[in-house]
Amino acid sequence: MAKGVEHRMSNHNEHEKKGNARKEMTRRQFLAYTLGGTTAFMAGGAALPMIRFAVNPLLEKKEKGSFIKVVEESKITNEPQEFSFQLHQVDGWYESEAKLSAYISKGEDGKIFALSPICQHLGCTIGWNNDKNFPNEYHCPCHGAHYTKDGKNLAVAPRPLKEYQMKIENGFIYLGDLVDNTRVK
Amino acid sequence: MAKGIYNWIDERLDITPMWRDVADHEVPEHVNPAHHFSAFVYCFGGLTFFITVIQILSGMFLTMYYVPDIINAYASVEFLQTKVAFGQIVRGMHHWGASLVIVMMFLHTLRVFFTGSYKAPREMNWVVGVLILFVMLGLGFTGYLLPWDNKAYFATKVGMQIADSVPVIGPYVKELLQGGTIVGAQTLSRFFALHVFFLPAGLLALLGGHFFMIRKQGISGPL
Repeated sequence: MAKGVEHRMSNHNEHEKKGNARKEMTRRQFLAYTLGGTTAFMAGGAALPMIRFAVNPLLEKKEKGSFIKVVEESKITNEPQEFSFQLHQVDGWYESEAKLSAYISKGEDGKIFALSPICQHLGCTIGWNNDKNFPNEYHCPCHGAHYTKDGKNLAVAPRPLKEYQMKIENGFIYLGDLVDNTRVK
Repeated sequence: MAKGIYNWIDERLDITPMWRDVADHEVPEHVNPAHHFSAFVYCFGGLTFFITVIQILSGMFLTMYYVPDIINAYASVEFLQTKVAFGQIVRGMHHWGASLVIVMMFLHTLRVFFTGSYKAPREMNWVVGVLILFVMLGLGFTGYLLPWDNKAYFATKVGMQIADSVPVIGPYVKELLQGGTIVGAQTLSRFFALHVFFLPAGLLALLGGHFFMIRKQGISGPL
């Protein structure tokens, strides 16, 4: 470093100590900031649309499920029965009828409720009374999880079976979105 | 903070000489637009590369939604264009960038030609540049089919007729490109594979050679 520059810098520092001079920016710093800022702005202009494009699924409004007519109320017994119904599914550019099913029964309290057949352990499909070791229980063939008629988890599974939102209109049962089991904890 | 991380890595791996070797080099006066404004013609090569980077990035993002299948290709393009946020922008970047790459490459070629930069000892770099031109045209041709609309279909039909007209090997080239006897399902998946894997891989290798040679030999002197 040249002597003159050192001298000027020490002068500059003295000013700073007195507090009556602003810290000056060097030409190199100014260029670094302006060029860096412009580059960042342009790179952002190119990158941000792509990132927003990629994260679109997260920001999409989820369609609140509508209720689907499933079965007559009069067909429901104390014994759980499986009923299947179709859900119109729009998956990006692919539309399809997804087949869903529910176990619907009357509880001890006489109320009708519908359980999801998806095991809360790892997502296999359970069945009612499908294993002779577990009479009158829901049993999952994958890892042996089993549940009471109300969907209470007895083994393996960490949570009770999910329940469908339900409404009854004009003697028909309509099922909606899946919610946490309201009958057991 | 950033400096601290850099120093920590540099202490261990000594990376400074590596990037110095790549980034720290003199820009001669005759190619610096700050000295002679007409030197902007020396920017076309860099601009071609810049747009190529945009093409690679926007293309990568487009494949998040696009499917190379004759039933769904058009529907997926329509979906990403009309239903996905910024879909029009991202596809627009890829669409217009594709033409712009060709334009910039052409201008770059003109500059190299009229400054005589292709002469010894840089003949090999000219040859690699022409190969890059062919790969770029291949990318344009294969990408054109992917939306699977009428324009795409018939443009490819025409391309196939041209290939077919080559003496002796024409019919074989055509069938190889089509992946069958018609422009159809197999053509689409074949063109997709060429467009996103084979040609970009070739392009990157050629660009590596192009840049290595220009750094090794330096920019040709002033006129």
